[in-house]
Amino acid sequence: MSLICLKNLSRRYQMGEETIHALRDVSLEIERGEYVAIMGPSGSGKSTLMNLLGCLDTPTSGTYELNGTNVSEMDDNELAEVRNREIGFVFQTFNLLPRSNALRNVELPLIYSGMTFDERRRVALEALTAVGLADRVTHKPNELSGGQRQRVAIARALVNTPSIILADEPTGNLDSKTGDEIMTLFEDLSRKGNTVFVVTHEEEVALHARRIIRIRDGLIASDEAVKH
Amino acid sequence: MFRPKQTYSRWKLLRVLSAEFKESFLMALNAVASHKLRSALTLLGVLVGVFSIIVVMTAMRAMQTKIESELDVLGGQTFAVQKLPGITFDRPDEKYWRRKDITLAQGLEVKKRATLARGVGLEMNFPVTEMFSSYAKAPPGVSLTGETPDSFAAQNWILHEGRILSDADVDGLRDVCVLGNNLAEVLFPAGSAMGERIKINGIGYSVIGVLEAKGSMQGGNQDNFAVIPITTGFGRYSSRYQSIGLMVQSRDLASFDDTVEQVRGVLRALRKVPPGGEDDFEILSQDSMMQQINSLTLAVRIGVTLVSSIALIAAGIGIMNIMLVSVTERTREIGIRRAIGAKKRNIMTQFIMEAVVLCEFGGAIGVLLGVIGGNVAAHFLKLPAVIPFDWALFGLGICSLVGIIFGTYPAYKAANLDPIESLRYE
Repeated sequence: MSLICLKNLSRRYQMGEETIHALRDVSLEIERGEYVAIMGPSGSGKSTLMNLLGCLDTPTSGTYELNGTNVSEMDDNELAEVRNREIGFVFQTFNLLPRSNALRNVELPLIYSGMTFDERRRVALEALTAVGLADRVTHKPNELSGGQRQRVAIARALVNTPSIILADEPTGNLDSKTGDEIMTLFEDLSRKGNTVFVVTHEEEVALHARRIIRIRDGLIASDEAVKH
Repeated sequence: MFRPKQTYSRWKLLRVLSAEFKESFLMALNAVASHKLRSALTLLGVLVGVFSIIVVMTAMRAMQTKIESELDVLGGQTFAVQKLPGITFDRPDEKYWRRKDITLAQGLEVKKRATLARGVGLEMNFPVTEMFSSYAKAPPGVSLTGETPDSFAAQNWILHEGRILSDADVDGLRDVCVLGNNLAEVLFPAGSAMGERIKINGIGYSVIGVLEAKGSMQGGNQDNFAVIPITTGFGRYSSRYQSIGLMVQSRDLASFDDTVEQVRGVLRALRKVPPGGEDDFEILSQDSMMQQINSLTLAVRIGVTLVSSIALIAAGIGIMNIMLVSVTERTREIGIRRAIGAKKRNIMTQFIMEAVVLCEFGGAIGVLLGVIGGNVAAHFLKLPAVIPFDWALFGLGICSLVGIIFGTYPAYKAANLDPIESLRYE
């Protein structure tokens, strides 16, 4: 069974009189361990798709099965739990808490999953070590470089061993060299069996993935494997 | 694998909740600490509200403690009968001054007829112009009272050496006296006062007894007095128109009320108070004095409560305002937390906790300053220092309540922000 199974997924927004079809009848299957890039120009619906995949939003119609569970009809609390356990977010602007140090930032998801203090500390340190920041745990985000901040964010995304990692333009705020480093990190994660989504509009970034899904006008325009 | 929806055992739930509580508390401390000036200004309102409650309540408590300790002289089984009320805060009413004096004859009659009482002591204060022994003069502020034997038990005076007044001393108008501990030491620094002679207002008395020390209270010495038979002093030092006081001791607590009623009845009959008429004397017991004091201070307490409530409501609105600003400022933080798995409830707890912590900071400082301020006032009024723990707890409780009430709406707003919108918020 697929890890992710979308069936006729639609999302409509009501803007005054007008109805905007952000996503129209999208069907998609993603297997565990895939490394997928989602591409598309702005307004294409790729953000909407990402929000739905990340359980931040629910579809207007259609079903979304994640790990065999229908998450499209869950309530707010259940969605929060799914996000906590199944999904790791990585954002373009890193989205770390500015007043907390790296360790506290990585611990945050574990606080909400109810882990004990000692265990939390141990797991968070492991995650930071895995992204190569073992010597930066007490630094606050403004004491870290952009690449380091994104690594902290990735550690935070990994710390709950989620089913999928959702990265939204993860290299958008980084110079190309640091961007490459981050993309290499994603490749490593993919090789270790993580399911990774990268949303981007840069062809170069997308080419790191093994499957590229292009969205246009709320529809899947193309879905092809990348030959390396 | 997708884990099934978590179900908690009772203990696990408790642990998770207490961990959540602790976490949100730490987060709140962090948030308050990162906006020091803003937090300080905000909690000023709560501080003032709580301070005003605590300072007044502390001063009142000090006063009450002092009065209680003075009433303790009466003890639970003793009551006093006198012409004038013990405390009047309003203008001395003419009706009190028009009352006839309680005469020595009436007192003796009450003593005879009050069969329920263990003892009836008669008492009258006399002015002292001079008092000395062959060694020293009495210290200033010395007092002289005329008593009967029963007064000693009623006043809770314990004999240190010698004997107390006897009926024969009273009947025979003898020139004998019993000295308070401190007075005896001053007048006879070298040795025992027993059998020695002292002069009071020019007349010589033999010392027949010395009382145990009662200790000094702030501002006054309880042991600086001499006791003579009431009859002896009555002819010599009092004007004829002076009222005596009665100190009545009941046999036990159970018969206290009956004893009061009996004495009241006897005295009404002796003073020819018409049936249905108001008593033309006052009966003071520990209870009745306390009641009187409490009713007198009630107005002050209500006033303070009212003012403080207004201050606290104003402070609460200030807190709500600053929390709303804080929610807007931290929209993105809320978005991040929601994205990584915080439930609405978690966000709600966090922001209410923040409001409560803010209030508690103000409250704790307010309580501290209030207790200090109240005790400074007490010090100037020569009252003993007190720490009103119950009011301190109450003050802190009120703070939490203010935090919860005025923090709920901002917290609700924060919890219901759309996570997608919040993540995009600049």
